[in-house]
Amino acid sequence: MIKAIHKTGLVFFPAFDWAISPTHPEREERLLYTQDQVLEEGLLDIEGIVEFKPDMITRDDIRRVHFCVPDEWSVITDSHLISGGGAKTIATMVVNKVVERGFALVRPPGHHAMRVVHGARGFCNINIEAIMIEYLRDAYGIEKIAIVDTDCHHGDGTQDIYWHDPDTLFISIHQDGRTLYPGSGFPHEMGGPTAFGTTINIPLPPLTSEEGFLYVTDNVILPILEAFQPELIINSAGQDNHYTDPITNMRFSAQGYAQLTTKIRPHIAVLEGGYSIEGALPYVNVGIILALAGLDFSHVKEPDYDPEKLRQSPDITQHIQKVASRVMEYWHQGPEIKEKFLNQGGIKERERTIYYDTDNILENQREKIWVCTECSGVWAIESWTDRGRRIYAVHIPRKACPTCENLGYEWYESTSLKLFDCVFLQDRKNRRFLTKKHPS
Amino acid sequence: MSTTLTTNAILEGKIEPAGMIVASGPGLDPELFRVCDHYYPVSGYIDHRGREVQPINPFEIETVASKLRASGIKSVGVVGKFSVRNPAHENQIIKRLNNGFDYILAGHKVSGNLNFPRRIATVFLNVSVQSIYKLFFQAIQKSIAKMGIKAPIYVLKADGGTMTLEASMEFPGQTIFSGPAASIMGALSYAQPKVETLVLDIGGTTTDMGILIDKVPLLEPLGIEIGGLKTLVRSLNTESIALGGDSVVRVRSGHIFIGPDREGPAMAFGGPAPTPTDALVVLGIMKEGNRSRAEKAMAEVGKLLGCDPESAAQEVYSAFCHMLLGAARAMVERINQRPVYTIREFLDTYRVEPQELFVIGGPAPYFAPKLSEMSGLPTRVVPYHEVVNAIGAALSRTTCELTLFVDTERGIASAPEEDFYKPIGSNFTIDDAKNLAFSLLSEKAKREGASPEQIETEVVEEFQFNMVRGFYTTGKNIRVKVQVKPGIIEGYQVDAQEKIATSYSQIS
Repeated sequence: MIKAIHKTGLVFFPAFDWAISPTHPEREERLLYTQDQVLEEGLLDIEGIVEFKPDMITRDDIRRVHFCVPDEWSVITDSHLISGGGAKTIATMVVNKVVERGFALVRPPGHHAMRVVHGARGFCNINIEAIMIEYLRDAYGIEKIAIVDTDCHHGDGTQDIYWHDPDTLFISIHQDGRTLYPGSGFPHEMGGPTAFGTTINIPLPPLTSEEGFLYVTDNVILPILEAFQPELIINSAGQDNHYTDPITNMRFSAQGYAQLTTKIRPHIAVLEGGYSIEGALPYVNVGIILALAGLDFSHVKEPDYDPEKLRQSPDITQHIQKVASRVMEYWHQGPEIKEKFLNQGGIKERERTIYYDTDNILENQREKIWVCTECSGVWAIESWTDRGRRIYAVHIPRKACPTCENLGYEWYESTSLKLFDCVFLQDRKNRRFLTKKHPS
Repeated sequence: MSTTLTTNAILEGKIEPAGMIVASGPGLDPELFRVCDHYYPVSGYIDHRGREVQPINPFEIETVASKLRASGIKSVGVVGKFSVRNPAHENQIIKRLNNGFDYILAGHKVSGNLNFPRRIATVFLNVSVQSIYKLFFQAIQKSIAKMGIKAPIYVLKADGGTMTLEASMEFPGQTIFSGPAASIMGALSYAQPKVETLVLDIGGTTTDMGILIDKVPLLEPLGIEIGGLKTLVRSLNTESIALGGDSVVRVRSGHIFIGPDREGPAMAFGGPAPTPTDALVVLGIMKEGNRSRAEKAMAEVGKLLGCDPESAAQEVYSAFCHMLLGAARAMVERINQRPVYTIREFLDTYRVEPQELFVIGGPAPYFAPKLSEMSGLPTRVVPYHEVVNAIGAALSRTTCELTLFVDTERGIASAPEEDFYKPIGSNFTIDDAKNLAFSLLSEKAKREGASPEQIETEVVEEFQFNMVRGFYTTGKNIRVKVQVKPGIIEGYQVDAQEKIATSYSQIS
């Protein structure tokens, strides 16, 4: 009888009846072969591996995280409610200690969905990890949470949501943004003025293999996690670093993913991307499940796995070592730079353009934050798209000081609907979500 | 016929040594699934689409075969990973084994379901009970012939269906745990259409629980578990709890605990410890038994509870029914918590919620009133409740299931359980698949003893996926699972509306 060392929960929701479009990588068939492999290996019969049925997330779950334009129901489908619900179910089971670890094998994914949602970007509409995390914070009072995003694409949505949150450590390893969507995730992107240093980006060159991934895990991810001392570690478990993935250029493997999981020891893993649905996903997912459960994964291999052929070249190794030492250098300087920002105080602004590749929307944002020494600061976003939508959104953080709380309401109330389609207030401190809208 | 021969042989470890040859390929270490001493993992690897990745090594098989022969092994099981997608390796291995073995069973024959460890366990159980079953089979044939009976003989399976005695020779493992199925099938003909029925079969030591939905018993998703082995032996969804009329009653810190053990009969029938049966005697619900000994039993319980024997009996009676209904509710909840994999199924929030309660087994009439009162459900004691399992075994019809895979990119339709392969064109549809599956199923059912007019088939599962490679649709992946519905032989069904009023008591 095989017995899991770490009791592990699974939510498997392959959404066999949902696709972005019939030939889109995010289609019905995506988890079919993964399911075949998981069932044939008999993983669900292992003592200590338990499958749960997902719940659906609610509107409030979404409003804790996003500003959906014009509203939640316009930007999501039932599938998003269930995939988000899968992550939430697993998280609840872990926090309630029904299981020690959990894996939400759900689709559609979420890590490209940012704070403001006008539509789908990078196959994502809502950020299922963030929705799960913010639910845990409100329901269970968990503070310090670390997210390690191991998808091949930069987790720009998750980064955006936690840009101003010093309680959430976001670490992303991904293929260098100069060579892959979404084109961001460089080491200098380290968070907003009040949360500087809790966003960490590790861009890796194309053709990075096991050696490179495990090197940055040992030399960057683990020391930073150790220093942060999170109560929970979340893994955004994208699987598109695999050597067979059709839309990326990396050389990672099932063995590599399983070892990475063993090292990071996430409490909760949530499936993100990964589109080599036959050559990679069945093996990578089996590897991750076994690694989470603390079981032997050394026999899990792809049919064509040949570590010799996948080995990275010495110049790639050298490049990765340089990236790693630069990220560590920046991270060490983090507290000092944050201190400088806090001393300056006042309003800080940034402007950006965000492209929604899946729905072909172009969004412009102007964001301002009140740099506060008492709390992480109230902030607001002005957002307008090429579709002609224009919104204003105010966020009062969970641990806002009275000044920031009042300022947030002042910003919300003083913003006129003359200039905007909608004005939103996300008051996390008092759990209030307000919207001003033109009468329809 | 329903037999506990195989069940007992397995539970008591009285099985023959058998050999297992297992082609695993990568994944979990096949050593983890070792079921016996003569267990040999060999090379050979088929992937999830049924493509050969690594061939078998004939020399290796010859070596294993001679080791098995040298050890005097007569029965051998051959199991490959993903053999239900492509049994080529299992067949090649069997060909190499040819001489010197009495019985060889391939994994793809026992079920169309995915689950390599269960496939290993299922094949192992079949091969290791085969020689015992064969003796039984021959003895039965002999005595039936001696009695001059010429009727065909059917054997009950755990899924509440039957197969002919001859067909059972190939898969003796299918007779494991047919006991609970017999009772459920016996109750089935009294169930109302369009209603969900909870069936409780109360015995001396245990109570078996099952569910009927619209006169069809609910099946286990994968298969039964026996002696620590999880299998692919298709079975009814029944759960057994260690709670029966003779379970020992104890009092700990003012609370009543019943079971899980039985120390003998009730005190009223000369047993050593208080039981729920003693409570029934004290309360006058049950007329048999020695009343004074039963009162002694309840006095013991009452002393610890701080009440008189009569009140103690009342407490025990309630506690028993309370525990039983609690276990039943938990079972229903487990069924409702089973995951689904499509949005449609998710939103179509179908839940099992029993609307009536059937009680069978020896003490059925005694517990029925209280169960009805506590559950608030119309409760019925099934007629001939003491022998309802024999009735179930006699009236059940032949069942079987079949899984068909279609991969239009590879151009094949296959049902490995039936050793069926057919090249197909790219325009093969899901309807073609269903028709093909039904015709293969009918053939299989007839071979196993069904009469053609008895075969009521249905689709259990159907999926169709477009396979996209690059940005083009390259084919369809279709999976269809069909079954002959478990049920009662035509002509023996009780007309529920008419017979209910006359043939048994309806309480509440």
